[in-house]
Amino acid sequence: MRKLAWRLSSLFALVLLPAQLLAASEPSDAVVLVTDTRKFHGWEAWWANLYNESHLLFAIVTIIVIPVCGVILGTLADLVMSRLGIDLRNRALAEH
Amino acid sequence: MDWMHMIMPIAGVPIFWPGLVILGFGVGIIGGFFGMGGGWMVTPGLNILGFPMAFAIGTDIAQMSGPSLISTMRHSRFGNVDYRLGATMVIGTVAGFETGAQIIMWLERIGKIDLYVRCGYVVLLTIIAAVVFTDAALRKKKERAALASGHALDALATGLEWHKKLHRIKIPPVVHFKRAGIHCSIWLPIAVSFLTGTLAGVLGIGGGLVRMPALIYLLGCPTHVAVGTDLFEVAISGLYGAASYSYKGRTELLAALIMLAGASIGAQIGSVATKYVKGYGIRVFFGVAVIGCAISIVLKILGVVAENMVKTFDLAATVLILGLVAALSLFILTKFVLGVREERAHRSREEELIHA
Repeated sequence: MRKLAWRLSSLFALVLLPAQLLAASEPSDAVVLVTDTRKFHGWEAWWANLYNESHLLFAIVTIIVIPVCGVILGTLADLVMSRLGIDLRNRALAEH
Repeated sequence: MDWMHMIMPIAGVPIFWPGLVILGFGVGIIGGFFGMGGGWMVTPGLNILGFPMAFAIGTDIAQMSGPSLISTMRHSRFGNVDYRLGATMVIGTVAGFETGAQIIMWLERIGKIDLYVRCGYVVLLTIIAAVVFTDAALRKKKERAALASGHALDALATGLEWHKKLHRIKIPPVVHFKRAGIHCSIWLPIAVSFLTGTLAGVLGIGGGLVRMPALIYLLGCPTHVAVGTDLFEVAISGLYGAASYSYKGRTELLAALIMLAGASIGAQIGSVATKYVKGYGIRVFFGVAVIGCAISIVLKILGVVAENMVKTFDLAATVLILGLVAALSLFILTKFVLGVREERAHRSREEELIHA
């Protein structure tokens, strides 16, 4: 019985605690950040303007560009490693 | 040497870009080897290179997902990533991270938040280091006992065995994580990730430093699987962090991309180096990294306590962190080069035998 009560209370704590804490109000961020676009040209000026116009669009482009570049650079590094003669598919060690 | 400096479009500060490539390379190596995002080393590094602190933190979190993704891809091919376990833990991590953020807001109302957080960080890192070294010492003891009785110790034997007790708690549904070789209640990884996520949220870090030992000691993951699975989680939480900080306007994508160029090579080297180092070797060097990190935070606390020496202590903390990054990167790089040389020699011997 004690075991069951402990299990149930831990389960409730797991489900309810984050919900209670998440219900607290968020702080407001009133600071407006603007970048100086006058000293940039080409893609840099476009990028700085995007930042000034919409932080949402800026965030979307950032989270798309980073993983895509990561995958491309990772694949290129893979090719270089394979050329070095490293076995990139197997590892013998499997201990703790 | 003007061409070695470029003005960042968002932060508007001139930055020595080869420094970003070197920093990315070091973080990639250490992250790929230990399964960490490396926030504790990148933020002070970016700050030294000239980024304001808010941009240093935002750019650090934004770049984290790139190298972690590369390392996850590499570890995945070695069979080191348990995606099912990682996906299960994301639930607890996100809930925990938000809870940690709420605790921080509560601490902010009390005041002296920096001091409390840093002291908590030191206590936590001391506990982790103590656990890592106790575990290594216990395993050594078991090894000696097995040798004395004329047996060889099981390759999967561990020093501390807390996970065995935790696996006995069978609150339904009970699941099997094949790659990690864990059979436990689904609530165990969720609870562990909630705890580590909360700690990460309170301390303002990615969480790899806490999650990696939790995966090993509380869930019972083999070291290599813990590294790979943790990197998978870092990649996901890094993307979440990148979205959040970019929306707040605190990331510098150009710097993150330059770092990524160095990190793409470093992450491969770090991940492949785990092939040549035994699991317990990784654990011990992880313990060394944790101790270095704890000492640097103690120095930061001393700077707050002794206000007239704040610059000296800050400088000492930064030198210690960057020195640690350089030493660990060099060690992993050496292991990688030696391992590759041995593997190639072994293969050419095999080929010669086949031809003969």
